[in-house]
Amino acid sequence: MFEVISNEVLTDNVHRMVIKAPRIAKSRQAGQFVIVRSDADAERIPLTIADADVAAGTVTLIIQALGDGTRRIVGIEPPDGLKDVAGPLGLPTHIEKWGKVACVGGGVGTAVLYPLAAAAAEAGNEVTAVIGGRTEPLVILRNELAEFCDDVLVATEDGSLGTKGFVTAVLQELLDDEAKRPAAVFAVGPVGMMKAVAEQTRPYGIKTLVSLNPIMVDGTGMCGGCRVTVGGEAKFACVDGPEFDGHLVDFDELASRQATYEKHEKHEACRLAQQLNEMKRGQK
Amino acid sequence: MSSNDLTPKQRLAIERAKMTEQAPERRVTNFEEVNQGLPEAVAVKEAQRCLDCKNKPCIEGCPVGVRIPEFITALAEDDLPKAAEILLTDNALPCTTGRVCPQEVQCEALCIRGKKGEPVAIGWLERFVADWAAQHADTPKLFGNKPAKKTGKTVCVVGSGPGGLTAAGELARMGHDVTIFEALHATGGVLRYGIPEFRLPKAIVDREVANLESLGVKIECNVIVGKTITVEEIMEEFDACFVANGAGLPMFMNIPGENFRGVYSANEYLTRVNLMGAYRDDARTPVVRGKKAVIFGGGNTAMDSVRTAMRLGADPAIIAYRRSRAEMPARIEEIQHAEEEGIQFDFLVAPLEILGDEDGSVRAVKMQRMELGEPDASGRRRPVPIEGSEFELEADVIIVAIGVLANPILTNACPALDLNKWGNIIVDENTMTSISGVFAGGDIVRGGATVILAMGDGKHAANQIDVFLKNI
Ligand SMILES: Cc1cc2nc3c(=O)[nH]c(=O)nc-3n(C[C@H](O)[C@H](O)[C@H](O)COP(=O)(O)OP(=O)(O)OC[C@H]3O[C@@H](n4cnc5c(N)ncnc54)[C@H](O)[C@@H]3O)c2cc1C
Ligand SMILES: Cc1cc2nc3c(=O)[nH]c(=O)nc-3n(C[C@H](O)[C@H](O)[C@H](O)COP(=O)(O)OP(=O)(O)OC[C@H]3O[C@@H](n4cnc5c(N)ncnc54)[C@H](O)[C@@H]3O)c2cc1C
Ligand code: SF4
Ligand code: SF4
Ligand code: FES
Repeated sequence: MFEVISNEVLTDNVHRMVIKAPRIAKSRQAGQFVIVRSDADAERIPLTIADADVAAGTVTLIIQALGDGTRRIVGIEPPDGLKDVAGPLGLPTHIEKWGKVACVGGGVGTAVLYPLAAAAAEAGNEVTAVIGGRTEPLVILRNELAEFCDDVLVATEDGSLGTKGFVTAVLQELLDDEAKRPAAVFAVGPVGMMKAVAEQTRPYGIKTLVSLNPIMVDGTGMCGGCRVTVGGEAKFACVDGPEFDGHLVDFDELASRQATYEKHEKHEACRLAQQLNEMKRGQK
Repeated sequence: MSSNDLTPKQRLAIERAKMTEQAPERRVTNFEEVNQGLPEAVAVKEAQRCLDCKNKPCIEGCPVGVRIPEFITALAEDDLPKAAEILLTDNALPCTTGRVCPQEVQCEALCIRGKKGEPVAIGWLERFVADWAAQHADTPKLFGNKPAKKTGKTVCVVGSGPGGLTAAGELARMGHDVTIFEALHATGGVLRYGIPEFRLPKAIVDREVANLESLGVKIECNVIVGKTITVEEIMEEFDACFVANGAGLPMFMNIPGENFRGVYSANEYLTRVNLMGAYRDDARTPVVRGKKAVIFGGGNTAMDSVRTAMRLGADPAIIAYRRSRAEMPARIEEIQHAEEEGIQFDFLVAPLEILGDEDGSVRAVKMQRMELGEPDASGRRRPVPIEGSEFELEADVIIVAIGVLANPILTNACPALDLNKWGNIIVDENTMTSISGVFAGGDIVRGGATVILAMGDGKHAANQIDVFLKNI
């Protein structure tokens, strides 16, 4: 049992949870993740370690409640605990002193981006965060990033905050301006967004790192379910990644594999139940 | 008539028992055990077939040296407590081995009675006695749970597969303070995530683990050695360490189309179904329930995968194997059970390419027929492709069960461990690795082997660790 120390709502369905896991807090490095199970018959859900406090023996997770697995996790309040938290998994992020770095985050990808941006800033880079979401409440971690970023730029699809449109539009402005052009780009978010960013930076030959989120089971290289094609080779994202060179990733394959269980009845049932709940809430 | 009164001739006249099984057409609709066990009278009669040979050839075939004629003779005399005591002293997980050992190439292969006719059903008798003991657990002494004097020494066991469990049990009985670190959220290793319920009910694994806990063994799940903690850090905390982290790295075929949706490694497929319970209707973890399944491989893993696919609704469920039936490394009983269940076998075939539809899901596999050529280094005739024999096999689920390699997550983080060229840990004759106080055994040392060999290693290592601890 891993005690939940706090569970706060950041926006709509995004929670920040602090969890007691001393061994993981001690060994974790930026870019690594944990696999979490809320209770005895739950799925194994990979979640990035957003932050850790070695002295307190805690790790921080930022979780977007999407489906059944993540919703059950965010449903647990102190003093209860999560049944299983295993990690830290994956390779630590690759950080160099590049100079100017743009960290592009879409939706909950911003949570995954946050520790990478922090590590990049820590290493002496000049970090500009470019974050976005559909609408203002879905833009997360703006203030937290501002603490160490030189600039935090925001884009929302409905224009409720920052630039109206996608993060790629904001990134394009940076790329177009030689004075602001980054030497390296981190992009984390939906597959389509990461692919778009990689295509944007390719002509400039800018080092572009993406953090991939294939469906995982064990997270230890045992099942191969998380395999992605990078530079024509099969890689296991949980042990060889999750971070890869965005210019080499086969994003279309990743998107297709992520959708493997979309038609799965159980998830269908969950979604139906969710829609029903939303309808009921709407009626109230 | 007491068994002692039987003449050899009378013993020879008894025919080998038949296992009570779920009927094939019924069992393919459920995940309950196929073998239902022998009734007591049948087991006793089967035991009476044993000739109690003076030179005990059968024992030679058992990697842990179970005193086979002794426990069987006790059973033949219907003295179950005695039979159980002998068996449990020699074998830490007999409910498991009685079900999954490849007896036909081990103990039963050397049974005298097999020379003319059928060998004594040693595995089934082992299962019978072990199951009896498990149900009559009121005599803790039977399970070797003798309270040992605490030595004050601490040992860390990495991995809770059969190797780790056996070592932990032995070490605890010697009075050492044992902690198991297990990467997954549940114990048992392959016994839990690989071998399906219909062959090894998970209640048995639970019972064996509870047994260990009653001996004082501490189990910490979710600890991935090499990530959560390193071997080096373990050696700062503990006096010795036994590494039995298995061989969990799936091999793929490296053919085009292997990343289409619905293509699984056997590890992933079986883990989803067994560990995560995807065969149950209320399970949270999904698995693609194909209507047409093709499984590549010919070992136990392939048999488990194909029979699981059929139970999840695939028809046909096909084994595609590059050699012929005789070369399949799976247990004979599993192959027979698979045949009875209507599994199709396509021998001497090799995949060329996996084909997908527009949304990236597998729809078929392109294959080629092979013929047997000259014998290779292993003495087996090597399959060679037949030109122009390509054909397509429809499939919406494909499972790759062609073997596993050593998972490097632990060893990568511990460069001081000497490895062979396949990444397996090298040990000396005392099962010690290149690091003093760190021992290893099971699949991480042998490559994919068997449950009983991993257990044998665990037992051997425990003895060597005991010696090591006395000298520090
Ligand atoms: C290395 C890694 C780090 C991650 N870090 C975070 C994090 O810090 N915070 C966070 O909120 N999420 C993170 N994710 C994504 C998170 O694991 C998924 O959102 C979660 O598994 C969905 O499970 P569910 O049961 O809630 O939803 P489901 O009902 O399983 O799925 C809901 C929807 O999400 C899709 N989906 C399923 N699995 C994934 C996946 N792995 N990635 C993307 N979409 C998926 C499904 O196809 C479906 O459309 C990370 C994923 C990986 C691989
Ligand atoms: C599907 C299948 C069917 C089989 N059928 C049979 C059969 O019928 N008969 C037979 O004799 N053999 C069979 N085998 C082979 C047999 O299961 C193995 O040889 C045996 O389990 C090896 O035991 P082990 O203890 O070495 O490792 P495993 O059983 O693999 O256990 C290793 C354990 O260590 C854990 N682990 C791994 N890495 C780490 C780490 N870094 N830190 C902490 N823990 C870690 C794993 O999660 C696992 O629990 C089968 C194998 C498979 C896959
Ligand atoms: S442990 Fe396996 S090999 Fe040994 S006697 Fe039992 S079934 Fe035979
Ligand atoms: S070889 Fe066969 S008959 Fe002889 S003692 Fe062993 S089991 Fe009995
Ligand atoms: S999640 Fe199983 S190998 Fe990566």
